[in-house]
Amino acid sequence: MSSSRTLFQKIWDRHVIRPETSETPAILYIDLHLVHEVTSPQAFTELRTRGLTVRSPDQTIATMDHSTPTTPRGPDGRIPVSDAQAAAQLQQLVQNCAEFGIPLFELGSEKQGIVHVIGPERGLTQPGMTIVCGDSHTSTHGAFGALAFGIGTSEVGHVLATQCLIQNRPKTMEIRVDGELHPGVTAKDIILAIIAQIGIGGGTGYVIEYTGSAIRSLSMEERMTICNMSIEGGARAGLIAPDETTFEYIRGRPGAPAGKEWDRAVADWRELKTDEGATYDAAVTLNADELRPMITYGTNPGMGMPIDGTVPNPADVADENQRTGLERALGYMGLAAGKPLLGNPIDVVFIGSCTNSRISDLRSAAQAIRGRKVAPGVRMMVVPGSQLVKKQAEAEGLREIFEAAGAEWREAGCSMCIAMNGDQLAPGEYAVSTSNRNFEGRQGKGGRTFLASPLTAVASAVKGCVSDARELTEEVRPTWNP
Amino acid sequence: MEPIESFTSRVVLLPAENVDTDQIIPARFLKVTDKTGLGDALFSDWRYNADGSPKADFVLNRPESMGAQVLFAGDNFGCGSSREHAPWALVGYGFRAVISTFFADIFRNNSLKNGLLPITVSPDVHQALQARLKNDLDAEVTIDLAEQALSLPDGGTVEFPIDPFAKHCLLNGVDQFAFLLGEEDAIREYEETHPPRVQTSKVA
Repeated sequence: MSSSRTLFQKIWDRHVIRPETSETPAILYIDLHLVHEVTSPQAFTELRTRGLTVRSPDQTIATMDHSTPTTPRGPDGRIPVSDAQAAAQLQQLVQNCAEFGIPLFELGSEKQGIVHVIGPERGLTQPGMTIVCGDSHTSTHGAFGALAFGIGTSEVGHVLATQCLIQNRPKTMEIRVDGELHPGVTAKDIILAIIAQIGIGGGTGYVIEYTGSAIRSLSMEERMTICNMSIEGGARAGLIAPDETTFEYIRGRPGAPAGKEWDRAVADWRELKTDEGATYDAAVTLNADELRPMITYGTNPGMGMPIDGTVPNPADVADENQRTGLERALGYMGLAAGKPLLGNPIDVVFIGSCTNSRISDLRSAAQAIRGRKVAPGVRMMVVPGSQLVKKQAEAEGLREIFEAAGAEWREAGCSMCIAMNGDQLAPGEYAVSTSNRNFEGRQGKGGRTFLASPLTAVASAVKGCVSDARELTEEVRPTWNP
Repeated sequence: MEPIESFTSRVVLLPAENVDTDQIIPARFLKVTDKTGLGDALFSDWRYNADGSPKADFVLNRPESMGAQVLFAGDNFGCGSSREHAPWALVGYGFRAVISTFFADIFRNNSLKNGLLPITVSPDVHQALQARLKNDLDAEVTIDLAEQALSLPDGGTVEFPIDPFAKHCLLNGVDQFAFLLGEEDAIREYEETHPPRVQTSKVA
């Protein structure tokens, strides 16, 4: 083994219980397993069929988020689930967690929320860990310098029973972002620009490590937004080396080490960085100074462009399958080649999802919309990532700001990012969405999604059409402290 | 799982690039608690009209597609969501292999655990096969996992890569779960020297 190692290699080495051979993949130990209602039922069934137990319930935690409604609570304080199939799936998770002894944040309880919001929020997500979940946005937790990736339901069963996974070692890619962001340009714009550059399949087979001064200057929640969308570039995991920002975020959270344990942990976490001289299998660079707010025009997250750009022309694409793909995407989106997106009318604005539903996202959106109104005919939904985020936002007065502007304030969940819980677009509707996927039908059959930052979402909500967030931020705003 | 033997089949031509798992099976079909019966929902939004009737122009609804067990897909098939419901739906429909230039990582892993073969070919082979399939609806391919060989309608044969461990499991009808369970000693040994990093009951 070379003495210089990447951050990825260090975490990998710490967790290999059997190294890779020419005939068998490595066996990797998993420190934390996150579970939700949609991708776990068949795994629990498999355990029962084989007569197995959950090996480490205390390294496993479950929440309800995907198929849960975000509609306001009834008079009894409960959140009604009107979809019988969803209700049965949620009930099954309750039974499974009770039977196998797994802690569960049930719908309506005070700590329930999106699986990738609650891990960091409770202090369970920590540097150097391996974290998995039956959800591709598990890459979010890489913001803490943890190796975190999505798995299928068969693998959920493997981890429940053995706390281990069979894995082939991925390649490594460094994405270096230096420079400084201009006002109105956010972490979301960085990751949308990265995906537009490498393409939706560009990271396939790789774990990405994000480096550079622009990454280092981001808050933890901004770093989570970046790592969250690693999978939209095809990479199963994204990593950011832990630093003082990371340690300060974790300190004092319920799951974090305390006292002498804390000092020991931080000393260890400081070792989690790529050594000088270590090499990556691929490298990409971006300059933050050159970035403008980004927006997607097509039907995958790689089809993105600066907000003031024009929709590309299929006639300029040489490859037949690529050209057909772009034609199909523009047909679905109802957009004309060569035209700007600015000014395109919209029906819905969605602020939420595991990409952009944390308190800092809600604060920046509230600050931008304060004293303004959602344009007539536009529905704006604000969906906090967890019940604790919701509570904090309400304590800070953000709810009043959104409601005064005419936006809906919802219960926590995946909501309109996945359209399997009642929140969805009608066919043909346009949405500016802070979520992570603009696939055909992702936000509802026939719905059309423009992915963007919370600031772009607010600017568009106010004008009723796709709008440039820099116009909002350039106006003089009174000082405001939440 | 049944061992996979060599088989010959006609091919469904769906050369769209970056087909994501939301297209393979939309999220609204994910409220189930078992893995069977998802074949009818495969490519649902592309396959059916709003009233539930089949769209005549979608490839799966054309007469020549009936009974075909191999899907020819564009680059980066299976990207997006980690839902294993995607291979469950493909297998439920009757597919046994998908041919592409490359597959999304999670989809490939999920497929190999469900007896669905992700067959990677070079862009040149892909292009030539696509051209042939476009003009010859009855063209067949033969897939021999033991030899890692894809026999093309023009008589040529190309080798495809596959993870040796997955190949072993598929050829012998053994599952990866049993292999992991057999590593109990190594897991216990690791746990003895590596105390748990978290205690989830403490934060609940």
